[in-house]
Amino acid sequence: FLMSFRTVEPLEYYRRFLKENCRPDGRELGEFRTTTVNVGSIGTADGSSLVKLGNTTVICGIKAEFGAPPTDAPDKGYVVPNVDLSPLCSWRFRSGPPGEEAQVASQFIADVIENSQIIQKEDLCISSGKLAWVLYCDLICLNHDGNILDACTFALLAALKNVQLPEVTINEETALAEVNLKKKSYLNIRTHPVATSFAVFDDTLLIVDPTEEEEHLATGTLTVVMDEEGKLCCLHKPGGSGLTGAKLQDCMSRAVTRHKEVKKLMDEVFKSMKPK
Amino acid sequence: MEGAMQTESKIRADSRTEPGPRGPGCSLRHFACEQNLLSRPDGSASFLQGDTSVLAGVYGPAEVKISKEIFNKATLEVILRPKTGLPGVAEKSRERLIRNTCEAVVLGALHPRTSITVVLQVVSDAGSLLACCLNAACMALVDAGVPMRALFCGVTCALDSDGTLMLDPTAKQEKEARAVLTFALDSVERKLLMSTTKGLYSDAELQQCLAAAQTASTHVFRFYRESLQRRYSKS
Repeated sequence: FLMSFRTVEPLEYYRRFLKENCRPDGRELGEFRTTTVNVGSIGTADGSSLVKLGNTTVICGIKAEFGAPPTDAPDKGYVVPNVDLSPLCSWRFRSGPPGEEAQVASQFIADVIENSQIIQKEDLCISSGKLAWVLYCDLICLNHDGNILDACTFALLAALKNVQLPEVTINEETALAEVNLKKKSYLNIRTHPVATSFAVFDDTLLIVDPTEEEEHLATGTLTVVMDEEGKLCCLHKPGGSGLTGAKLQDCMSRAVTRHKEVKKLMDEVFKSMKPK
Repeated sequence: MEGAMQTESKIRADSRTEPGPRGPGCSLRHFACEQNLLSRPDGSASFLQGDTSVLAGVYGPAEVKISKEIFNKATLEVILRPKTGLPGVAEKSRERLIRNTCEAVVLGALHPRTSITVVLQVVSDAGSLLACCLNAACMALVDAGVPMRALFCGVTCALDSDGTLMLDPTAKQEKEARAVLTFALDSVERKLLMSTTKGLYSDAELQQCLAAAQTASTHVFRFYRESLQRRYSKS
């Protein structure tokens, strides 16, 4: 009976749990799903990571290529993110050009990179005006169970920390770039932006880390991206029910705690990695 | 309504001078709004904020494609066309923001299995573009007679490097600012419907900007009311 009630009246089913201050999967309203991260699993990429937030799985692969710097900023490189939501991850997506959700997610990641200054684009320049690194960050969702933005931000951060770029020198005689694959160095990651997503139910209740089902039933969503000094890189609230300033404050405090959790997890992972 | 009704309103009698002193400076640019200027859409509006101008047209409630049909409410669609070039990923992202804001206020349940399409064309961009788009969309929805539970307005705040707050920044001010925050607020309780930000800022600054935006939105809603009063009082 309970399963059919869930199919017929999903919102009522959810409300019964929310009244008791918990959710059907047993979590509390402010609790995140189990987060696991794995770095360096893709051998052919310059940097990679796999992040699992409960069932939501996102893999990020970063490839570094050469490119000419833009004419209006000759000492900057490029970071090009692309989020791919394929039919593999959810029944909602069809194959073909990226749908709206994928485009919005790509734009969101691009904004986070730009706003948080996670890497200085000047670090990617090899020779001003002639040669710079272009980092193509491909985020592929393998399983969409809600909260794609948090998983993508985390995957991107972990993969960028894993990227090793070889040393490049420009040979003055031939004007060609010489790549020294034996000498590799890590990128200089300046800040660690961490995203925390919330879903708003019935205009009043805020729950953290929504699953796909919860995202459908919610009346609004909110994503806060915070870095370690408590500065906000992004407050993404694409419409939905209204929030008061006080509710926003609660979200900020939750985002601060989440940042600490994620940072701790990442430090553990990178400490345990054997040096190449 | 016969012809187009034009209403202009100067929120501050003088034009914008230097940014206000520390704390919320409340000088918004000159507003103007024109409704019912296009004959084909069910509702249309042109909203001007300083030199930024957006034209909005609303078609609806109209027939919806079966693949997009929702059984118990109207399907809202927003199309944003930039001034030059083809629409890209950034436009899609803004369309999603505007669409979700409209979905929160439009009473879709009164028109199930229909579609309401909002088409926005950027005529000129001199800063605060998203806020101008939101205002134009709201005025066009009102002109089309789409039932809504509240009106909404867009307000942009810019924070420069020493923390001074500027409302309704011009394109130059946006470029030089450390952070640009755009909010959509509803008219009933001034709650935050939509927010999108660029740049780094602290939590306290966010609350400050939100408070300033809420005060500024009072001016915008007053302007909406006056312009609609002027339009309907003539008939």
